[in-house]
Amino acid sequence: MQFVQLVISGVALGCIYGLIALGFVLIYKATETVNFAQGELMMLGAFCGLAGSTLLGFPFWVSVLGTLAAMALFGVLTERLVIRPILGQPAFSIVMLTIGIGYVARGAITMIPTIGTETHTLPVPYKDQVWRLGELVLSAEQVVVIGVTAVLCALLYAMFRFTRLGIAMQAASQNQLAAYYMGIPVKRLNGLVWGLAALVAAIAGLLLAPITFVYANMGFIGLKAFPAAVVGGFGSLPGAIVGGLIIGVVESLAGFYLPEGFKDTAAYIVVLVMLMVKPNGLFGEKLRKKV
Amino acid sequence: MRFIFKTSYAQDIRLAKHGGHVFWYGLLAVGLLLAPWLLDEYWLAQLTFVLIYAIAGLGLMLLAGFTGQFSLGHAAFLGVGAYTQAILTNAGWPFPLAMLCAAVLAAAVGVVVGLPALRVKGIYLGIATLAFGFIVEEVLARWESLTGGNAGLMAGAPAMFGWTIDSSAGFYAICLITAVLATLGTLNLLRTPTGRAFIAIRDSEISAQSMGIHLARYKTLAFALSAALAGLAGALYAHKLQFLSPDQFNILQSIDLLLLVVIGGLGSVHGAFLGAIFLIAMPQLIALGKDYLPEAIGQAPGLQAVVYGAVLIAFVLFEPMGLYGRWLKIRTWLQLFPFYRQGMFKRQKSFQKSDRLK
Repeated sequence: MQFVQLVISGVALGCIYGLIALGFVLIYKATETVNFAQGELMMLGAFCGLAGSTLLGFPFWVSVLGTLAAMALFGVLTERLVIRPILGQPAFSIVMLTIGIGYVARGAITMIPTIGTETHTLPVPYKDQVWRLGELVLSAEQVVVIGVTAVLCALLYAMFRFTRLGIAMQAASQNQLAAYYMGIPVKRLNGLVWGLAALVAAIAGLLLAPITFVYANMGFIGLKAFPAAVVGGFGSLPGAIVGGLIIGVVESLAGFYLPEGFKDTAAYIVVLVMLMVKPNGLFGEKLRKKV
Repeated sequence: MRFIFKTSYAQDIRLAKHGGHVFWYGLLAVGLLLAPWLLDEYWLAQLTFVLIYAIAGLGLMLLAGFTGQFSLGHAAFLGVGAYTQAILTNAGWPFPLAMLCAAVLAAAVGVVVGLPALRVKGIYLGIATLAFGFIVEEVLARWESLTGGNAGLMAGAPAMFGWTIDSSAGFYAICLITAVLATLGTLNLLRTPTGRAFIAIRDSEISAQSMGIHLARYKTLAFALSAALAGLAGALYAHKLQFLSPDQFNILQSIDLLLLVVIGGLGSVHGAFLGAIFLIAMPQLIALGKDYLPEAIGQAPGLQAVVYGAVLIAFVLFEPMGLYGRWLKIRTWLQLFPFYRQGMFKRQKSFQKSDRLK
């Protein structure tokens, strides 16, 4: 029973990793850049929700919707202002740029007097509720995380499968030039992808906030989402979620069954093994460059 | 404007291209030699830090700037070097021997990290090195019998056969000698076939391979040399700080090193030094600027991160060649005055090249 309990808490954590990894993969597929500020986007989302529901005193659902809208806008603006001017430059420059964005976001939050340096709890309606299923104890936060992630995945799947926008995004991610020739506005699409990634990050932030706390350095959890994205195969959306779940469950089990110290490194050990055994990840496409 | 008429290959690969180089670098050398007498204790310590970071920067520059393999876990090599040095000198080894061991051990670790580099590229490599950096940090924290764990480890002053160098000028001299040797070694490496092979790999792996460059061997070698330089820097770092704890070698330190090479200018040896000066001078400048800012901004704890991030963003957007690239522009402007044109160093707009099909 303890095992099931551990797996469930691992799955809940893995959903968060998976959502952040989803942001990496969305941006990577669209623009072939890796966004190291994804964790910071999540942190901004959590702070946004906090500001909405405590400072401004909105009801919970209003502040959630407001956060999502604000973060999506933030993502679009970031793409327009700093990413688009240097598209086509070496991937390394763009990685450094996103690291810079992360620094600025983290520093800017810390600079807000009295709020930035403290840890906060996000007041949610389902706080501290516990459901019992036989011997199993399910906390509402974990159930909500798993449920919301599942719904979000279904929505994203439907979007990529059935809407014009989603199909255009798929086309652009397969071959930008060809998509551009077909009349797809690739640049605008890239902006929207950043918006979508920021939105997903904000959802992750709002889901994570009740489990841990809201603080300026919570974005570092993004560094654990990299292994998730790699395990799933960096170019695959379902892979990101599956990778997140694997990392979350492994971490949860390692924290209990293995000696101290393995909990924090389990994700990285898994990813190193994965890179040695199957560098393209579980769902990654295997492509070779032909000269 | 100076025109150099090259008549032999030896002249082409000479380190000092013309009299101007000899004069200015000579002046720099004299200035650095006289620094202990010219600077007070505090600034000498800062200069020592610049030299230490420049050595680590040279290592990362060799890997990221010249071989095109970028590492997000370079602080791990720094850490391996620092702990090796501290443990060996505490055991009574003479410090030059300990430094050598620190470099060799870091290089050995570098080879281990380099192994996945043979199979993965680009961002995957970044994540592999990131993962490795975390694991090393955790090992340093958990292997308490050897490293003292999170409680930290003390490192003494450098000592050799009963002769202890405990003055800051003496330690500065050690750092200076190491930095000069490391720089000359790197410059020399870059004009050998090995260095040329590194640059070929950076520019195009496929064409390098077609020219008969053994990718696996040279990438591993690049990792080893880069890690060795970082280990050397780590050894000096241990003596400088005299106290080591695992969190000095975390991801932020790795990102600082990347910041150093990007802001200094990727692909230039000067860049490592300019970047190191930037990294050490920036906190001082921020501290100076604080007083002129309003209280709420100047005293906020996040100011440094914001400034670092903003400077990094500005460099990537407007000056991708870093400080050294800026200097090249200024120099060309002076040389060509008044004929400098706006678009001389214009970045070429390229199609978005796909990394994915590599």
